[in-house]
Amino acid sequence: MIEDYKTDTCTVEELIASHPYVREFFAMNNLPMENGYRTIASYFATLPYTLLEDLGTQPPVLLGRFHAFMREMANIRERQGVDIKSLTIRGGRDKRGNVEDIELRIGLGDLVSIVGPTGSGKSRLLADIEWMAQRDTPTGRQILVDDEIPPASWRFSSDHKLVAQLSQNMNFVMDVSVAEFLVLHAQSRMIDHYDQKIAEIIRAANGLSGEAFELDAPLTSLSGGQARALMVADTAFLSVSPIVLIDEIENAGINRTKALALLSGQNKMVLIATHDPLLALSAPKRIVVCNGGIMAVLDTSDEERQCLRQLQAMDDIQTVYRDTLRSGDSLRMCRDRACGGFHI
Amino acid sequence: MKLITVSGPPSSGKTSVIVHLIADLRHRASRCAVVKFDCLATDDDALYASHGIDVRIGLSGNLCPDHFFVSNIDDCFAWGRRYGYDILFSESAGLCNRCSPHIEGCTALCVIDNLMGAGAPRKIGPMLKTADIVVVTKGDVVSQAEREIFAFKIRQANPSCLILHINGLSGQGSAYLSEVLLRTGDMQTLQGKELRASLPSALCSYCLGETRIGKEKQKGNVRRMELD
Ligand SMILES: Nc1ncnc2c1ncn2[C@@H]1O[C@H](COP(=O)(O)OP(=O)(O)OP(=O)(O)O)[C@@H](O)[C@H]1O
Ligand SMILES: [Mg+2]
Repeated sequence: MIEDYKTDTCTVEELIASHPYVREFFAMNNLPMENGYRTIASYFATLPYTLLEDLGTQPPVLLGRFHAFMREMANIRERQGVDIKSLTIRGGRDKRGNVEDIELRIGLGDLVSIVGPTGSGKSRLLADIEWMAQRDTPTGRQILVDDEIPPASWRFSSDHKLVAQLSQNMNFVMDVSVAEFLVLHAQSRMIDHYDQKIAEIIRAANGLSGEAFELDAPLTSLSGGQARALMVADTAFLSVSPIVLIDEIENAGINRTKALALLSGQNKMVLIATHDPLLALSAPKRIVVCNGGIMAVLDTSDEERQCLRQLQAMDDIQTVYRDTLRSGDSLRMCRDRACGGFHI
Repeated sequence: MKLITVSGPPSSGKTSVIVHLIADLRHRASRCAVVKFDCLATDDDALYASHGIDVRIGLSGNLCPDHFFVSNIDDCFAWGRRYGYDILFSESAGLCNRCSPHIEGCTALCVIDNLMGAGAPRKIGPMLKTADIVVVTKGDVVSQAEREIFAFKIRQANPSCLILHINGLSGQGSAYLSEVLLRTGDMQTLQGKELRASLPSALCSYCLGETRIGKEKQKGNVRRMELD
């Protein structure tokens, strides 16, 4: 794949024809396309003086940047996600300095919820994982990947996308349409044929939010629920990160259980900090934090699974009531009270 | 002494990043100072001072801020050495998004933020394209996907840089950058060193104080827009 272009025989136009993404190099550097019939070497050698002055640079520098561009793009195409199998959280200390005596291993496909009172350290735990803490955060925790300390380059360089995050505080800010946004995201992963993927994401997102949006809707015009739904669907289908960290999406106005199922169905490790019992119990395992430390790690029991079914029924009632009210209809109580007075 | 040139569009988080970096570097027993370049006024001297950081201010007034930078930076460097600093940061706003000149041999940082949009890396000139390290801030408020798109666009604009995400509020990420900076080489002087990109030549009658509009008043290096 790499270096399959010869600068003294291949023309700029030929290279763009075989590698469409190369066009972006010329756009990025404000280089004109009129001379694209020239070979790559002569294209750079004959750039007009005034243009070089504007760019503040010289042909050899630009040619060097061009080669680096080709190398990096090939790298990104080859490096599709990091292949990891497990994550281990090694305890540090809680807010009072007490030892947090725990070693918790999470594997691909696992779904873990994090519960605890406000300010107990749920978001901090997620931040420790995102940061691959090495006893260098206030909690003193250590995170291992495949039972080893991850290399520093994994921790810090944005080229290794170990973790994808989803939180209540995140917003879309780009001035593009939904379709343009998804194309940009697909291109950033060097995916060539993305039409089907995009259709899949839109379908999934609309299934989560209930209020469908169009592909040409401006990204920033999406409602809170639509935006969250699109973020979830995009993460499920376009993210290469094996770890997904979710912080409080309960108030987002989307179908939470569907969203979780969508994310955890992609063979990723999903951790979700939540105050919502429905989400908390949807995970087979939950971490309880208190005062900044992990207090317990619990498996969802059979009894709790029954409770979950009850919660789900209540949630369904809520959904029906909400949709009824949203559509302008009135609610009525049920006469025979066999259903506890709920009318569904 | 090391000189680190820090540039970036206004309010992209340069000062916050430098403050966090210096906090980390102090833990590693490095003595640091800052020279802040701006045009007309700045509040950053007070901000740095409030963190106990030694700072000097250079205001370019009616001169091109980048030309002003180049004619003063070697004196700043000599000042830093005289005062026995280990690391001197220069902070300058890329006001026209072009220059904020980086120097061969000095580690060059460009700070940009996620809110600037996917088109930003194309619009920023040598300030971004010749930087060694591009620091991206404000990642906590935009979607994961947009962060990835933005990083990709930076990678396309500057294929060989190191891209780091730093949270300007919490400073998360700055500890690693301070390690990277400590590994860079020391320098004795800036005399004879070269800029990484040439500065714009601006020598027209308006540079010399002309205020009247009209063709006959325009002398020197003038370029016309093509409107038809
Ligand atoms: N072990 C610890 N040591 C020191 N500080 C900690 C520890 N754990 C958490 N903190 C700090 O406590 C504060 C509150 O924690 P955090 O924001 O994670 O709570 P939370 O459970 O997410 O709350 P909420 O439910 O309101 O979102 C943060 O400033 C965090 O850095
Ligand atoms: Mg929280």
